[in-house]
Amino acid sequence: MAPPDPRRPFKRPAFSDQQKRRDISLQRQAQNRRDAQHQARCLALTTMSLQNDSAATPDPQYEHSDPDFEIEPEAAVKDRDFDVREAASLRGREARRWFAKQLMLPEWMIDVPDRLNSDWYVCARPAGKRCFVVSSNGVTVSRLRNGGLLHRFPSALPNGARSNNSNRSGQSYCILDCIFHEADQTYYVIDMVCWAGMSMFRTLVVYNCDQEGLKAAYTGPVSYLKDGLLFYNKHAHYESGNTPLVLVWKDENCSQYVLDTDSKGHIPDQQQVVLELLDDGRLATLDDPPVIFGCLDSDFIQKTGSQTGELLRFSINEGALYFKDGQLERADLNYLGKPNRARAFADSYSKVMFQYAARHSPLRIEHLLASIESSNHQETSTDADMLG
Amino acid sequence: MSFDITQYLLAAQSPDAKVRKDAEAILCKFREENLPQYLLSLSVELSNDGKPIESRRLAGIVLKNDLGAKDSSTKEQPVQLWVQIDISFRAQIKNSLLSTLGSTFREASHTAAQVVAEVASIEIPRKEWPELVGSLLANMTRQDGSPSLRQATLETLGYVCEVISDENLVQDEVNAILTAVVQGMNTTEPNPEVRLAATKALYNALEFARTNFNNEMERNYIMKVICDAALAKEAEIRQTAFECLVSIASTYYEVLEPYMQRIFELTSNAVKGDEEAIALQAVEFWSSICDEEMELQDYEVPEIGDSSVEHSRFIEKALQTLVPLLLETLLKQDEDQDQEDGTWNLAMAGGTCLGLVAKTVGDAVVTLVMPFVEANISKPDWRSREAATYAFGSILEGPSIEKLSPMVNAGLDFLLNSMNDENSHVKDTTAWTLGRIFELLHSPATGFSVITPANLQKILAVLLASLKDAPHVSEKVCGAIYFLAQGYEDAGPSSSMLTPFLPNILSSLIATAERTDGSDSKLRSSAYETLNEVVRCSNLLETSEIIVKLLPAIMTKLEQTLHLQIVSSDDREHQGDLQASLCGVLQVIIQKLSSAEETKPIIMQAADQIMVLFLSVFACRSTTVHEEAMLAIGALAYATGPRFEVYMKEFYKYLEMGLQNFEEHQVCAISVGVVGDICRALDDKILPFCDGIMTHLLKDLSSSELHRSVKPPIFSCFGDIALAIGEHFEKYINFALPMMQSASEVCAQMDYNDEEMIDYGNQLRRSIFEAYSGILQGFKNAKAELMLPHAPHLLQFIELVAQDEQRDTNVTKAAVAVQGDLADALGSNVKMLFKDTKFCSNMLSECLETDDEQLISTATWAKEMIRRAFSDSS
Repeated sequence: MAPPDPRRPFKRPAFSDQQKRRDISLQRQAQNRRDAQHQARCLALTTMSLQNDSAATPDPQYEHSDPDFEIEPEAAVKDRDFDVREAASLRGREARRWFAKQLMLPEWMIDVPDRLNSDWYVCARPAGKRCFVVSSNGVTVSRLRNGGLLHRFPSALPNGARSNNSNRSGQSYCILDCIFHEADQTYYVIDMVCWAGMSMFRTLVVYNCDQEGLKAAYTGPVSYLKDGLLFYNKHAHYESGNTPLVLVWKDENCSQYVLDTDSKGHIPDQQQVVLELLDDGRLATLDDPPVIFGCLDSDFIQKTGSQTGELLRFSINEGALYFKDGQLERADLNYLGKPNRARAFADSYSKVMFQYAARHSPLRIEHLLASIESSNHQETSTDADMLG
Repeated sequence: MSFDITQYLLAAQSPDAKVRKDAEAILCKFREENLPQYLLSLSVELSNDGKPIESRRLAGIVLKNDLGAKDSSTKEQPVQLWVQIDISFRAQIKNSLLSTLGSTFREASHTAAQVVAEVASIEIPRKEWPELVGSLLANMTRQDGSPSLRQATLETLGYVCEVISDENLVQDEVNAILTAVVQGMNTTEPNPEVRLAATKALYNALEFARTNFNNEMERNYIMKVICDAALAKEAEIRQTAFECLVSIASTYYEVLEPYMQRIFELTSNAVKGDEEAIALQAVEFWSSICDEEMELQDYEVPEIGDSSVEHSRFIEKALQTLVPLLLETLLKQDEDQDQEDGTWNLAMAGGTCLGLVAKTVGDAVVTLVMPFVEANISKPDWRSREAATYAFGSILEGPSIEKLSPMVNAGLDFLLNSMNDENSHVKDTTAWTLGRIFELLHSPATGFSVITPANLQKILAVLLASLKDAPHVSEKVCGAIYFLAQGYEDAGPSSSMLTPFLPNILSSLIATAERTDGSDSKLRSSAYETLNEVVRCSNLLETSEIIVKLLPAIMTKLEQTLHLQIVSSDDREHQGDLQASLCGVLQVIIQKLSSAEETKPIIMQAADQIMVLFLSVFACRSTTVHEEAMLAIGALAYATGPRFEVYMKEFYKYLEMGLQNFEEHQVCAISVGVVGDICRALDDKILPFCDGIMTHLLKDLSSSELHRSVKPPIFSCFGDIALAIGEHFEKYINFALPMMQSASEVCAQMDYNDEEMIDYGNQLRRSIFEAYSGILQGFKNAKAELMLPHAPHLLQFIELVAQDEQRDTNVTKAAVAVQGDLADALGSNVKMLFKDTKFCSNMLSECLETDDEQLISTATWAKEMIRRAFSDSS
């Protein structure tokens, strides 16, 4: 007589490995499908955290048009670890914003730092476009300082092309801080964010910032068009945003672009600055905390249709920066209009000051050499003192 | 028209093929030309006691075939056939059938009873046979009614009650039928044949009698009559009465209380002293009660005062006497029970029931069973030892780990020694019990296991040695190793415990698979399936070198199957089974090794050879593709990624065959899944094959022949393809979208009261969303506007799904994700679309209030996408 009911197995281990294999396959396929869809969606996903911290104020138009979709604070996205691999495929405004924030931005050298010869490297900066080069997911992209796409190309960087190491889902990737030198179509690596060891990229020759090193960087021949000198503090790690641990300096001998040009390529009569309008009307630099150059009244803001967070271009009247105890107290500014849309950020304080000094009393190579000389001297004398 | 159907009915059974064929052709022609006359002739033939038995028998079969449905899905056919027949013909046919019930030729009246029920199932709901019940009841009270007429009439009443609902009749008729049936069952009925027929009729009418069962007086009477019948002199009546009780246990559990004392006595006596077939039903009664009570416990919501069925705790109340009763049955084993499949005896039924009792009452069973175990496990008689072991193994599921573990720890060594018992039944049951112990009390991942570093070595030594025992013992040992390995799955560091033994386990299992003394392929496939679990659960980093060596060994074995000599269809089946097992092992190895970056290159290196083997396995068959090979190829495509492209040219034809396999829908479903794997592996490199693949998928969707379970995976697959080929999906839009839309409409009309349909509906709805998601994401960068005209339909579908509060979480997740995809792909274009879609925002808010993290993040994402689309001023 047969068992009355298949649910009642007699001494049978209740497993069907074939069914298990099917189920596991189905699970794997469902997981892979989720991953693939997630990857397609992640472009949007990853930029979300950017939006949430950069645009804390909800879009007013949106608020009016559909209150149902307003994000409640408690439901707001928690901080996500941004995965830089995904950033390579970012598009549009969010991509630009993200990349713009990732580059380490050197401050302009307005004073000679202490211990220049012992704590700093120097190199000749190539003239060209500062950019990020990211290889991942089988493609390499370069992006400008404002986040705009410069190139999209296969490279020998890890996971920088579809063909190499045949593993597109691989986790490897590489990020370089570069200057793209138009004339020889070469990326000069000024810093590595992640990984190194590539052939088609050239690294810069870096010197210790002693007398010889500084002179070599300043006058020595290079295969590229020079655009000033870059100084790296030896103790610095790569960090995004403005940093005083990397400095840029230039004069007419080592750069064709000492004074800023306007959009037509002319050097304007008066120095121009780009500042960000804060919600209380104050005009701020890029720095954190920002340096305030002045304040707009609400009539003016209304008249120009300016909005909080917008960038505005001003000219500085001749000799019109007023200082008190070495701090900027007031600036005489003339409103010119809104800068080019591609512009992502306001000027930094150091840039304004460097440009200001370049027009009035520039920091010269002699000053730098003298600083090294004097610190050499100081060191020897200190040594001598101790010996004595 | 005079047409002598008799001679043709006889000729159609002639041993001479030509005579037979000619007769069949004539009958067929008759049927086509004059269906009413044909059916009438058959029914007259059946009713005529003057005709030969053989022609009447065939007439009955043909009638049943024409008027009966094989299953409910084909019921429409006979209904259409019958109702188109002229009323007067129908009346004549029905009269012939009813008159046949009085025939002394039992076979004719039995067939007539069945055909009457078929006609009744068509006509009674349509109110076209109001006099049927009356004339059947009249048969029961006719002065001249023979016992055979009453027997056939009762049989007919039972069948009719089985196929119609009591709502189709007025309550007086229902009552009259029940009265007639119960009277026939009564002890006062002098004819045992009539009494048996009445008891069987009641069995068929139990569901129909719901109203009467709800009336206490009537119920008391029915129960009394059943219990009396359970003591009838005739064994067949007793057995049928017990079958009634088994059915009542699940149909009317809630009203059983007053009868339980009597039923316990009846079942107890039957188990102890009645014939085996009756004792089996008596045990089955208690198993059914266990099923009911376990189900009540599963759904038990304390303190709610649920008005549904009350838990009467019959098992708990009967425990003290029920358990000893069941333990006695365990000693009634058959000598050959472990050799033969499909045997079912009192010991098996008793042990099974004991297992259900343990699951129902938990700890309470343990103290009642253990004295029996201890008293019998060392007795010289093998039946005692086997029964004791079986009792022990049966109660391992249900009681708490705290209650069981001291005994299992104490008894484990004894059991291991019993694997050397002189009796193979004892060894068989011991191996099964060890398997149960490892399945239920070995969970290192949660911190509890009876296996320790101290005893593992001995356990494995015993198990591996016992693999060489008789095939039926060896098979149970495979099961024990399977569960032992399974415990180490995801068990972190403790999985290292098994690592040193792995080479031995694997080689022993392979040796077991190679045994030739098994009567069939069961031992071999058990050994390979156990090997699979061992590989799956092993600690990859520690065992990769061992598994790497297994790969070529299995590949060689698969290669050897290609050269097997195939003479008979048995040979071919043997080859197919062997290939199935080996492809299964390869699939598991591929999946295991490709799960870590460190070991993935091994699969990459072997991929060419593996693929050649799989293609050769495919080539062994001409019309079907090998399911297991297909499954393994999916794993390989996932492992190799873009490199799979080089295999596509040769593999494609088999993929096509798989996609066209309507008959073996599992094969078709797996092939559809493999398309998804290939899409993700190749990305847009799959494009050259997409025209073909899409053609087959669209054909599959349109087919009424293909099992519906394959259809949801096909929609998901549309999404996979679209995601892979992006804007190139454009050319399929005009074919795929209408399919998706009509499937959404099918979802709208589905009956969500049917549990099976709920499940299917969830799968289908989710897969449609996945298709939309893939297409939207695929088009996002280039052709998003193509989806604009289809967006309103999608939103309608989302609204429909939103209205279903019973929907599965996975459906919700997919519905929410697709909203985000819509906004992500179409940007500010969705502003208008989302304008009156309160259901979308409600659904999103609802998701944010759950504690399902995936759901929350999907909803948050979707909400952000929509917000962004609204804030995009372009």
